[in-house]
Amino acid sequence: MNILDMTAAELSATIKAGRTTAVDAARAMLERIEEQEGMYHCYVTVDSEGAMAQAREVQERIEAGELTGPLAGVPLAVKDNLCTAGLLTTCSSKILGNFVPTYTAEAVSRLKKAGAVILGKTNMDEFAMGSTTETSAYGATKNPWNTNYVPGGSSGGSAAAVAAGECYYALGSDTGGSIRQPASYCGVVGMKPTYGTVSRYGLIAYGSSLDQIGPLTKDVTDCATVLEAISAHDSKDSTSVERQDTDFTCALQDDVQGMRIGIPNDYFGEGLDEEVKASVLKAAGELKKKGAVVERFDLSLVEYAIPTYYTIAAAEASSNLERFDGIKYGYRTADYAGLHNMYKKSRSEGFGEEVKRRIMLGSFVLSSGYYDAYYLKALRVKALIKKAFDEAFAKYDVILGPVAPTTAPELGASLSDPIKMYLGDIYTIAVNLAGLPGISLPCGIDQKGLPIGLQLIGDCFQEKKLLRAAYAYERARGAFQLRPGTDKRMERNLPNGKQTKGTEGAEKIKQTEQEGQSHE
Amino acid sequence: MSKQYETVIGLEVHVELATKTKIFCGCSTAFGAKPNTQTCPVCTGMPGSLPVLNKQVLKYAIAVGLATNCDITRYAKFDRKNYFYPDNPQNYQISQLYLPICRNGSVEIEMEEGGRKTVGIHEIHMEEDAGKLIHDEWEDSSLVDYNRSGVPLIEIVSEPDMRSAQEVIAYLEKLRLIIQYLGASDCKLQEGSMRADVNLSVRESGAQEFGTRTEMKNLNSFKAISRAIAGETQRQIDLIESGEKIVQETRRWDDVKGESYAMRSKEDAQDYRYFPDPDLAPVVVSDEMLEQMKEEQPEFRTEKMKRYKEEYGIPDYDIEIITGSKHMADLFESAAALSGQPKKVSNWLMGETLRLMKEKEMDASDLRFSPQNLAKLIALTDSKAVNSSVAKEVFEVMFEKDVDPEKYVEEKGLKTVNDEGALRSVVEEVLAANPQSVADFKNGKEKAIGFLVGQTMKAMKGKADPATVNQMLREMM
Repeated sequence: MNILDMTAAELSATIKAGRTTAVDAARAMLERIEEQEGMYHCYVTVDSEGAMAQAREVQERIEAGELTGPLAGVPLAVKDNLCTAGLLTTCSSKILGNFVPTYTAEAVSRLKKAGAVILGKTNMDEFAMGSTTETSAYGATKNPWNTNYVPGGSSGGSAAAVAAGECYYALGSDTGGSIRQPASYCGVVGMKPTYGTVSRYGLIAYGSSLDQIGPLTKDVTDCATVLEAISAHDSKDSTSVERQDTDFTCALQDDVQGMRIGIPNDYFGEGLDEEVKASVLKAAGELKKKGAVVERFDLSLVEYAIPTYYTIAAAEASSNLERFDGIKYGYRTADYAGLHNMYKKSRSEGFGEEVKRRIMLGSFVLSSGYYDAYYLKALRVKALIKKAFDEAFAKYDVILGPVAPTTAPELGASLSDPIKMYLGDIYTIAVNLAGLPGISLPCGIDQKGLPIGLQLIGDCFQEKKLLRAAYAYERARGAFQLRPGTDKRMERNLPNGKQTKGTEGAEKIKQTEQEGQSHE
Repeated sequence: MSKQYETVIGLEVHVELATKTKIFCGCSTAFGAKPNTQTCPVCTGMPGSLPVLNKQVLKYAIAVGLATNCDITRYAKFDRKNYFYPDNPQNYQISQLYLPICRNGSVEIEMEEGGRKTVGIHEIHMEEDAGKLIHDEWEDSSLVDYNRSGVPLIEIVSEPDMRSAQEVIAYLEKLRLIIQYLGASDCKLQEGSMRADVNLSVRESGAQEFGTRTEMKNLNSFKAISRAIAGETQRQIDLIESGEKIVQETRRWDDVKGESYAMRSKEDAQDYRYFPDPDLAPVVVSDEMLEQMKEEQPEFRTEKMKRYKEEYGIPDYDIEIITGSKHMADLFESAAALSGQPKKVSNWLMGETLRLMKEKEMDASDLRFSPQNLAKLIALTDSKAVNSSVAKEVFEVMFEKDVDPEKYVEEKGLKTVNDEGALRSVVEEVLAANPQSVADFKNGKEKAIGFLVGQTMKAMKGKADPATVNQMLREMM
């Protein structure tokens, strides 16, 4: 098998076995990035030199027996809102266009300690505000399945990079669905862990009480592996939780016998695309066949999730983004008269439209006279939503539903109507409000040839149940191809055991890349 | 006939806590370092950095709350106060609005005319200090130093219970003493580790409603506070008398000019958009923690005064002065224990120490000499190794530089000569050189012996015990 088509776990095993090296893997990835970036624009910054240097160092340490973990030598991509010391970190905003942090996000540090190689920083919606990656100040990322479509957002660059094979896995952040929704649109696996599981230190905050870092991977095994590597209590983050059960790879068992799965009626109402609905229900059927108990139920309060989310997230964002003022770092306007004019011009010129919209919304809901009516009320609704989930989890181990009402929209279709874009977050947002873990994995392809995502939601700290259900479903489904034709994983891993050989894989890549280009 | 007015005053007191590190990061709080050398991503508001509460700040805040009879909030939170200013690197200050750590407290103050009065404490909250702006007039630019950014503060907000400058000073002195006794701060107004903003309004005597208040800032000494209160009271009365309205505003006191000017009025007051800081977990004060804190509360002044009276038997006045400063009380207790001579220690503190403090305009908390050295000096005088005037001379050096008196006396050769032979020969010379005085003494002029003692001491360069000299002169005459 060509190393480019491997999962992270496969590559790591191959490196360990001495059949390839971290250096070869990094070089192959960088070459592919070079070839494809013109088409997809997954990255804001590609750190070729840095990646090669890291790869050489990691390879030496692997050979010396110092690095033995399942991610040693595996190249990854990091969302551009995670600080990386010495490497440009822009949040896809003009205002941080020159910002090079002196410190590294804890999640990234943990991966580096495990021998990861950072290829670069992925594109995103500016400050993670958006659902399409079109609000980036550095241009939109294209969906590798069809470049006329968006990859989703805000971690669109990370999802597209995994789908396009421009990295083995990526880190994203999820405030209202920003990992799960682009994973769904791009046909990859994305997981948002329980709030507090992964340290937020070094994650440039959008909505601090909702933000969580998580993996975007080719399959569920990699998802569990990466999550295990980045989860740990961190004394630098006061909201970090101490938990002993972060050995997530233990949950990779093809066994859902007796697992209680609830399907909320509220997630299958008006606005849900028929093809998405059919695929998701079919996935539920697969789990039922494997012995899970599947039931429908009423979750309630779903309709309140969106206004609640946009009130809380915007309120926190309006304050979190105050530090970008042109004084200490980042963009400063060229001409100004006095302090206030400098603030005003630097921020007006430095932030994009969607960011300004949310800053205004957030400032409004926190302002004196409106605080109780909006912000406090939103906090109360948030508590009620959590309660509704608590009741659901008294009956079910896992909640199953779609990730988004539709597959990926066309480029440009969402920007003209932000409310419509906000409504697209309906199935993912409540998970953040309640602090729950959620995973998105591919469950089908629609008639347009775009992937459909299945979402599994667990109770707080029940990632293992999610991973078990996801893993079992993945086995039932058979491996999912990444972007059409790039590799034949479907054939290779089909349950009937038909396997392709490595050499054939390489042939197919050439062939499929030509197909990929024909989408342009 | 002019009306009678009453002044109504409430205080907002900021106290810089004596923690070694800042409130939300591990940077040092030491004063006087080069600009921006005690900073990190957290206290400079770098993106992605997160605050983590320094537990010592919470302990100090609770300790002050307990000492001022406050209710301790068992589920407290930090809130963000949003405003743009370059000394505030995040453009929000982490403070407490909705659930401050302490509420509903009080302290008792002594009134000038005798008796006591209770001043209510509305709340005490924890917050971070801002950085410092340095305006460079020459370059027409401003520079920011973030060393102070994130230094922990508590703000103690009183009820409007004070009616005069004297009450205000008594209240501040009481707070200062409590906080010093707790070791939570040195509370120096001049250095800014204690800052008081005065909220003041006037009303006709007997009126029920409060008048419109102003807030006075930049008060760096008790003297400035008194002057500002007098000035503002008069300014408000003058406005009322001339039929004008008092504007609710913040004013800045200029102590050199002896007047204040308006900084900003309520109309242009900002909306701080306070909301709970999502980066910090709520502060939960457990029963265990509270019990332990209560047990760990130190002995405060009243108890100390009582104990001093019983244990040391020193005069009430001495006790009053010594316990008036935590530092002096500590010094006293240590030196008394080391020397076993509490009275003598007290005498040194009440005499020479107070004299030199006054001369050098020092505060008791600035005393540098150690109790060990004071105990040594007392031992030197007890053994008559030095006489009292040499001891005073040594003390003055000790007061300045905390020298070891034993070593100092040795090095400078100040030890009293106890060699009787040497002293006897000097006394003989003095008697021979002053026949007139000898004659006067023999004729019953008791005073003459004073002169002879003086001459002998002079010849001995002060290194003799005057009582011994006196004795020897009498014998030899």
